[in-house]
Amino acid sequence: MTPELGYAATVAALVLAIYGAGAAAWSARVGRTDLRASAERAAIGVWVLITACMLLLVYAFLTFDFSVRYVANNTNLGTPFYYRITALWGALEGSIILWAWMLSVYTLIMVTRYRRTQPQLYPWTLAVMLSISAFFLLVMTIPAPPFERLSPIPADGRGLNPLLEDSGMITHPVALYLGFTGFTVPFAFAMAALIVGRIGDEWITITRRWTIVAWYFLSLGLLIGGWWSYHVLGWGGYWAWDPVENAAFMPWLTATAFLHSVMIQERRRMLKLWNLTLIILTFSLTLFGTFLTRSGIIGSVHAFSQGSVGQFFLSFLALVVLGAFCLLAWRLDRLRAQGELDSILSRESAFLLNNLFLIAAAFTVFFGTVFPLLSEAVQGTKVSVGAPFFNLVNIPIFLALIFLMGVGPLIAWRRASAENLRRNFLKPVLIGIAGAAVCWALGIGNALVLLCLTLVVFVAATIALDFARAARARRRTGDGWIDATWGLALRQNRRYGGFVVHLGILVIALGVAGSQAWSTQTEATLNRGESLNLAGYTIRFDGLAAAEESNHFKVTGTFTVSDRKGPFTVLTPAKKFYPQEQTPIAAVDYRLGFLEDLYLVLGEFARDGSHATIKIQVNRMVSWLWIGGLLLTLGTALAIVPERRRVPALARAGERMPA
Amino acid sequence: MSRKIKFLGGGLVIVAALAYLIYAGVSQSVVYFVTPTELGAAPVPGKAYRLGGMVLPGTLKWDPKSLDLRFTLSDGQTSVPVRHRGTPPDLFAESRGAVVEGTWSRDGYFQATTILAKHSEEYKAPHDPNQAGYKELLKTLKGSESKP
Repeated sequence: MTPELGYAATVAALVLAIYGAGAAAWSARVGRTDLRASAERAAIGVWVLITACMLLLVYAFLTFDFSVRYVANNTNLGTPFYYRITALWGALEGSIILWAWMLSVYTLIMVTRYRRTQPQLYPWTLAVMLSISAFFLLVMTIPAPPFERLSPIPADGRGLNPLLEDSGMITHPVALYLGFTGFTVPFAFAMAALIVGRIGDEWITITRRWTIVAWYFLSLGLLIGGWWSYHVLGWGGYWAWDPVENAAFMPWLTATAFLHSVMIQERRRMLKLWNLTLIILTFSLTLFGTFLTRSGIIGSVHAFSQGSVGQFFLSFLALVVLGAFCLLAWRLDRLRAQGELDSILSRESAFLLNNLFLIAAAFTVFFGTVFPLLSEAVQGTKVSVGAPFFNLVNIPIFLALIFLMGVGPLIAWRRASAENLRRNFLKPVLIGIAGAAVCWALGIGNALVLLCLTLVVFVAATIALDFARAARARRRTGDGWIDATWGLALRQNRRYGGFVVHLGILVIALGVAGSQAWSTQTEATLNRGESLNLAGYTIRFDGLAAAEESNHFKVTGTFTVSDRKGPFTVLTPAKKFYPQEQTPIAAVDYRLGFLEDLYLVLGEFARDGSHATIKIQVNRMVSWLWIGGLLLTLGTALAIVPERRRVPALARAGERMPA
Repeated sequence: MSRKIKFLGGGLVIVAALAYLIYAGVSQSVVYFVTPTELGAAPVPGKAYRLGGMVLPGTLKWDPKSLDLRFTLSDGQTSVPVRHRGTPPDLFAESRGAVVEGTWSRDGYFQATTILAKHSEEYKAPHDPNQAGYKELLKTLKGSESKP
């Protein structure tokens, strides 16, 4: 019964979404408010029906309804309760439901917030969002039906992919999809603005906040993905430049570019065309990512089911790109910049450079990812470029971006005088050089790491300088230090939220540089009682134990770890044998630390437990990635709370830079 | 006007630098996908290859102490000896498909840096004969635990 209900709900939602999109568009054309109200009711209906779909599928999972193919494929009688719920997005069909559901939630938020405040843009925005929902519902109806029947009904299901039985899998897809779907709202607004022809500035402020939210969730999704890769996949890394990771990274890069260039539009009325292009690009890249990973045209370590879904996404992507750029071309005459660039030494040009580098990074990631396809099409040879390519090309780009991170927020608008440059950058540059000297004296010889450290110290110094200066200015008005700092953070939350996000990125950059340069590893076969030394640790193999768990069989190795002071921890990496899998799954064990993680992966072992092969890694500064993620969260939260007091732009500039 | 030219010039310089970066990146890290026959025809030492084939029965040797792994990959026509240091991946076995990445050594063998065993996408019945293997493993391990 569940599958039929679910299918009916899907089709009904599809029909409603199509109707709603049409009604909203028509109401905008002829100005009929009753039609608009009807479209709003359709949006609510879509949300109710998709919610029903999701609940029905959860119900099928909880009751082990193996007559539903998706349930039988992604769970079995041994799957624990909470993973039966998260199995909902464990594979393609359920992910699409989640995506469609989030989209319907965003649509409702959009309806409640902008129905009154944006009467002109809003009906078109609604039409665009409902059209996109309709596409996802179409995918749910034809190429990826989550409620497909399975016959004959199996006695037990196939089980969830064991790699997904992890807490990271509860949060990672949710965050990632919240990010992906979040970019729909700015896109819808951009399309509405183009259709109406009001490319004024108020909608760009709306989309900026939405983009920050989506950007934040996407960042979080990427970081949680890294954490999952790090502690589940057992290769000791957090980022492999795999196509599926690249697919999520590209929209992140273009969205980051947009968040910066939108400030130039707000301030100087420039780059309108460019900003619209970035919004369209970001949204298209979320679709492209799904196409890339689901079509199977590019091999990925992430096992995804394949099918006609790829073609659906590609067609829709073509439609979106074509439609959006046609609209753009149609309104080209209204997109002329009202300001112009005055000098190379100005904030505008720093931001332009930032955009250029971010887009370049996105392009290189795109190029490297589709390179196998290009090469095969052009030359007929099967080749690929792996992590070395991405590292080689992106390291200089990202170092340049870090440098700009220090320059952009402090350099003057329009034209920076020598005085402005000296005042803002002399001290940070000196501090950066001093920092590098100290690091060099401490024995850091790796040139790239040294360069990265110098830049990070420089940027941190610019942030500290700016903050100290502003806090001092406030203090002069009589506030205490704490009040001054706090007041500053709240009054100019956008600016200081941005700074905290920048600090988070700096910490992440240090984590990446440190882990790439200083991590070390070894692999060896140890007899029981035998020890191995690595980076000041002594690891002794104490034996193997076996146990049967609810849905798998587990062989655990016991290793006692000592450092110079004596034994301090026991690590128990294991191998899990799932009956439904051909390969055992390594369950790594680790001890995380601020400066270094000790990370053990169990390899081959003798069946009598006499010896085992173990891979030991000392991964340095990986924790900084997660700490940086925390700062990112704090900064974003600070940046999106509505500003306390609307200060006119000029007055704000004066406050920052007292002459 | 001259300002515009300056901006354009600066932009072009940066774009050219990026293009060169991409070109250098590709030429340094390109990996060629080959079959044993293709590799056997014209092996270039030092060039990065990804080689796919079947592990020939009777050629797989692994020394747990030195972690020295040797086997021969074949596509039915040509066989290529492969060496690797490390643990064989879980799916890796004789008569099964494998993909290795590495370079051709001047001493006449393929030095693999990575081994990727081929996953079969096929669905396996939950209760396969291997299950019996686990049970036996469980017994021997329990036995060994009791008399250390």
